[in-house]
Amino acid sequence: MEITSPSFKKNVHKALRDEQLQQAMRHVRSNFIQKRAAAADALPEFEALRDNARDIKNHVLENLDLYLERFESKVTENGGHVHWAATASDARGMVLDICRRVNAKSVTKGKSMISEEMELNGFLEKYGITPVETDLGEYIIQLRGEHPSHIIAPSVHVTMNQVRDDFRKAHTHLPKDRPMDEPESLLKEARAILRQKFMEADVGITGANFLIAETGTSIIVTNEGNGDLTQSLPRVHIVLASLEKVVPTLEDMSQIMRVLARSATGQEMSVYTTLSTGPRRASDPDGPDEYHVILLDNGRSNMLGTEFQDMLRCIRCGACLNHCPVYHAIGGHAYGWVYPGPMGSVLSPALAGIEKTANLPNASTFCGRCEEVCPMRIPLPKMLRHWREKEFEKHLTPPAQRRNLKLWAWFAKRPGLYRTGSRVAMRMLSLMGGSKKRLRKLPFAGAWTEDRDLPAPEGGSFVSQWNAGRRT
Amino acid sequence: METGYDTSPRRVGLFVTCLVDLFRPTVGFAAARLLEEAGCEVYVPVSQTCCGQPAYNSGDRADTAEIAKQVIEAFEEFDYIVAPSGSCAGMLKKHYPELFEGDPKWSARVEAFSAKVHELVSFLTDIRGVERVNAKLDAVVTYHDSCSGLRELGVKDQPRKLLASVEGVTIKEMKDPNVCCGFGGTFAVKYTEVSNAIVSAKTSDIKSSGAELLLAGDMGCLMNMAGKLRREKSSVEVRHIAEVLAGMTSAPPIGGKGDR
Repeated sequence: MEITSPSFKKNVHKALRDEQLQQAMRHVRSNFIQKRAAAADALPEFEALRDNARDIKNHVLENLDLYLERFESKVTENGGHVHWAATASDARGMVLDICRRVNAKSVTKGKSMISEEMELNGFLEKYGITPVETDLGEYIIQLRGEHPSHIIAPSVHVTMNQVRDDFRKAHTHLPKDRPMDEPESLLKEARAILRQKFMEADVGITGANFLIAETGTSIIVTNEGNGDLTQSLPRVHIVLASLEKVVPTLEDMSQIMRVLARSATGQEMSVYTTLSTGPRRASDPDGPDEYHVILLDNGRSNMLGTEFQDMLRCIRCGACLNHCPVYHAIGGHAYGWVYPGPMGSVLSPALAGIEKTANLPNASTFCGRCEEVCPMRIPLPKMLRHWREKEFEKHLTPPAQRRNLKLWAWFAKRPGLYRTGSRVAMRMLSLMGGSKKRLRKLPFAGAWTEDRDLPAPEGGSFVSQWNAGRRT
Repeated sequence: METGYDTSPRRVGLFVTCLVDLFRPTVGFAAARLLEEAGCEVYVPVSQTCCGQPAYNSGDRADTAEIAKQVIEAFEEFDYIVAPSGSCAGMLKKHYPELFEGDPKWSARVEAFSAKVHELVSFLTDIRGVERVNAKLDAVVTYHDSCSGLRELGVKDQPRKLLASVEGVTIKEMKDPNVCCGFGGTFAVKYTEVSNAIVSAKTSDIKSSGAELLLAGDMGCLMNMAGKLRREKSSVEVRHIAEVLAGMTSAPPIGGKGDR
């Protein structure tokens, strides 16, 4: 997808005036937070589990090559194939090669953010292959020609009324007067249509929540069961996964699983946890003839050994989005690339370059709520700050902003001059504030007074008055 | 000490913060009074300017480190360093050590300094064992948890406990007092539209609380919320919690009086 992060402010302006979006976001603000809190509170060992999950992933990242090679050899042993993709474009090519070799016309897809990163749908369409999203939320946004606005709830920005209109437009073969008032009737309609697509598909593509090194298994957790049909009905199953999804053992996976759904939706577990270990064996009643895992790097290995390594612990639960005041205000699309919210504002600069994404790490109040709820204890604010440091080092900071900062720092390092300079400025502001003690307009700080007043200084500096002997 | 509290006379360096120094000296005087009432001798080094957050959060580590060294040099002689702000105290306590990680000359020195840094209200309760204050104010108040104080320093129950001891004060909690007000330092001017959306949600919760006075422990957040409440012509007035705890509420509220 085209990256629109450089026009973040324009995106924000639009998002804040989008009534439908604002209505949809109110739901995020209340729902996810309460559910996660209740799930965490109900489990006395939740905090210890977070520590454990963090430690497991840290160990993996320190030994990533080892576990990935182990995973590959187990997959091969099981009769599957592992493909190493350095870039998104490499990965797209691999998917296309497989699809062409088996003459695929139709491809069903389970939810996968990696496929978004690869821009897979548009690519397959270009080659005459029809991708069908089978996760309900993904199906809705595919109809709408949109991208996910949330990493686990892709259509969270869409209201039910909009879904109804989309279905009417897309499902023209159905009676016009069919009942569509209840969410269940919409769900039923989508299910019936998708059922047919499952049966027709030549290839099924899923993502992966985990890859297990000891067994060569890929795992998806879903709530709809669409992933199971996607991967077991077609002749070929392709798994798209990024490198850091690997964990050593099934036991490690089940440890991390205990914090995943609780942090994401407040469920103890997702409804389906589906393990795939290779193609169909002779004694299996069903399953695909071919099993492929495409391992995507796309810049992640460059994060190893840097201040951004901890980000690779992320298990994509979405808790940081759900608790972010900025995400609540603007929704996911305004961020302008695949991954929104705090995790995206750390990951996107690493994958798409800080040059195009500098707005993202800056658009944070550093309130720290993301880190507070992250099941993997990723220090998100700290890494956002590191991106600001990179931006500053590379002189990407807007020149006026950099000049102001340097001027301020120059004074802050010279207490004598700072006192003199600030005394003059504060006296002026204080006079301008008048009896109301506030300023409605400021010629040199218009951004502040656009939407709020500036409380006027009381007059006189504390330090000077104190040292002159004043005590109240 | 049987209580676990440090009740000995101590020399405290008051890091007043740039916003209090320049915009709200009353908070400085209130903080000093509270510290003195808790048996501390208060010092205000004249060389203090700012904790360095504007540079730190803009990615300018070099300037931040220089400012940090200046703060450490001015304050390390005291038994404690106290700031009437969770954000600035968090900077001194949690972030200064990160700035000098691996610096053989400074890391031990900064660790010793940071260990002595505290946010004002939690210092009173957690270190000095203050249980109650001698203050009076007839007001229904609501308290906003500033992010850094809450999440970096664990300031949550302490201010509520001391507020409850103020004669005449009734506390009415707003919905989600732990949610950011949208200030975020330079964020408020760099991304003013997002900041405005966040503070609007906050003032809506403040107004629905039924309180007539909003309190918090950080001038940045207070100026943001006061600025918005005044623009919205709300009747809710705004003060720093130290003013109420010290009984120093004769100065006009932050941003002036509320609309009636």
